[in-house]
Amino acid sequence: MRAALVTRPLDVAALVAEVAHPGTGATTLFVGTVRDQHEGRAVSGIDYEAYGPMALRELETILAEAAERFATDRIVVEHRLGTLAVTEASIAIAVAAPRRVAALEAQRYVIEAVKARVPIFKREHYVDGTRAWVDNRGGSVVATSPTSSAVAP
Amino acid sequence: MGVPQRCRAMTTTVLLFASWADAFGPSLAVELPEGASVADLLDVIGSRAAGRPLPKPMVAVNQRYATPDQVIQVGDEVAIIPPVAGG
Repeated sequence: MRAALVTRPLDVAALVAEVAHPGTGATTLFVGTVRDQHEGRAVSGIDYEAYGPMALRELETILAEAAERFATDRIVVEHRLGTLAVTEASIAIAVAAPRRVAALEAQRYVIEAVKARVPIFKREHYVDGTRAWVDNRGGSVVATSPTSSAVAP
Repeated sequence: MGVPQRCRAMTTTVLLFASWADAFGPSLAVELPEGASVADLLDVIGSRAAGRPLPKPMVAVNQRYATPDQVIQVGDEVAIIPPVAGG
């Protein structure tokens, strides 16, 4: 198991290679990428920032939980921080397990837990020049200028 | 003299992130009575944030999510965690 917060582009092939093992018959790879729209607004990029020490600790806790539930410790997750352009990967998770069900379910467990618990924050940049902090529930958008300091529509 | 120990004040440095850091900077010194809970901290923080469009946060103590009744000790690492958005 390995979790990391990184500021370089994610190398997803390297993560797949990292979990490979002769005893595994199923490998899953999840890659989360920056989308070009959010709730109808055109997005040009995203800033990711983290409460680093706690985020890493939560990621490691999530991997330990997944390893116990799904009986494989061949799991790696990397989350990128900094400013990402549309189509760039923000998170990659690779899981290898003896059989496909465990690999798929562990994958799903890790990404859902990351989205719910890990203290990582994102600020979307819109094509119209505005920016806003966004959360994973799809709401609670706080605009941060340059054009407005009020709650975004 | 004669002042119960729990009424002494302590200054806690609270770490802030995202929209909260935009509003107040990366940390905030908060004066709390000794024995104050996470709920007490949220009351103080909430009154400072009054009128600003800030999302309701969670609190972490020593890098773990804390419940409202958890007591904050001198020297604890306390952080305000706005809604998370990893992934």
